[in-house]
Amino acid sequence: MANDRIEKRIELKAPISRVWRALTDYREFGQWFRVKLDGPFVPGEVSRGHITYPGYEHLKWEAVVQKMEPERLFSFTWHPYAIDPNKDYSKETPTLVEFRLEKTPTGTLLVLTESGFDKIPADRRLEAFRMNDGGWTEQMKNIENHVAQKTSSQGV
Amino acid sequence: MSPRKRHHRASELKANAPVFAALGDPTRLALVAKLCRGRPYSISQLTEGSRLTRQAVTKHLRVLEGVGIVHSVRAGRESMYKFDPQPIEELKQYLDLVSKQWDEALNRLKAFVES
Repeated sequence: MANDRIEKRIELKAPISRVWRALTDYREFGQWFRVKLDGPFVPGEVSRGHITYPGYEHLKWEAVVQKMEPERLFSFTWHPYAIDPNKDYSKETPTLVEFRLEKTPTGTLLVLTESGFDKIPADRRLEAFRMNDGGWTEQMKNIENHVAQKTSSQGV
Repeated sequence: MSPRKRHHRASELKANAPVFAALGDPTRLALVAKLCRGRPYSISQLTEGSRLTRQAVTKHLRVLEGVGIVHSVRAGRESMYKFDPQPIEELKQYLDLVSKQWDEALNRLKAFVES
């Protein structure tokens, strides 16, 4: 597949140091990504945890931290939508997720890329749809709102 | 794309799961690669230069026809086989889905660092 990568650019009105902390502090990452991680990110090591969406807590989070170049680049590899707890995904080629930061006059430019989708077996791609079906999108909206309120009331 | 439409497409894709199974076979993938060249082929033309027998080619074409990525048209006494890209286009939907998940995550990050 020619189109095997995703790229996103987003302007954040926050200093680069703030964004770096939100990306690489495992507790802060967990808050916006919706995952509870067991411990800090360390390059070359596996990061483990659990999804925190109600009803999906049995789903594991697992990624291998690749690079942590302060305030420039944070990257990890993972198996997107590896949702079957009884299946071994370790034999499959993971995708690479990269967060690149650039200072701008108003804050920080974040460029996210995820690449390597052409290596994912076709039947695995279908699992993503299975996961997303049945009001999953709707439920995510609810949680998003709930968390947005909680975060602002805590003044984080 | 509205969420309703997305769900509709997603269930369509689930219904198309056999497409992926059909393409999982290297022989069939090779046949599809040949059919992708844009013109219709007869069974004889598809058999030529391959190690496959006419029967084997016929069998594989049936599978591809069954999942809708190959169509046959009569041309005199022969059937000609054509490639239909539509079911494969649906694969792109997968990237749309992953893309949307990232949009949502990055919006949460934005709210998080800007508050």
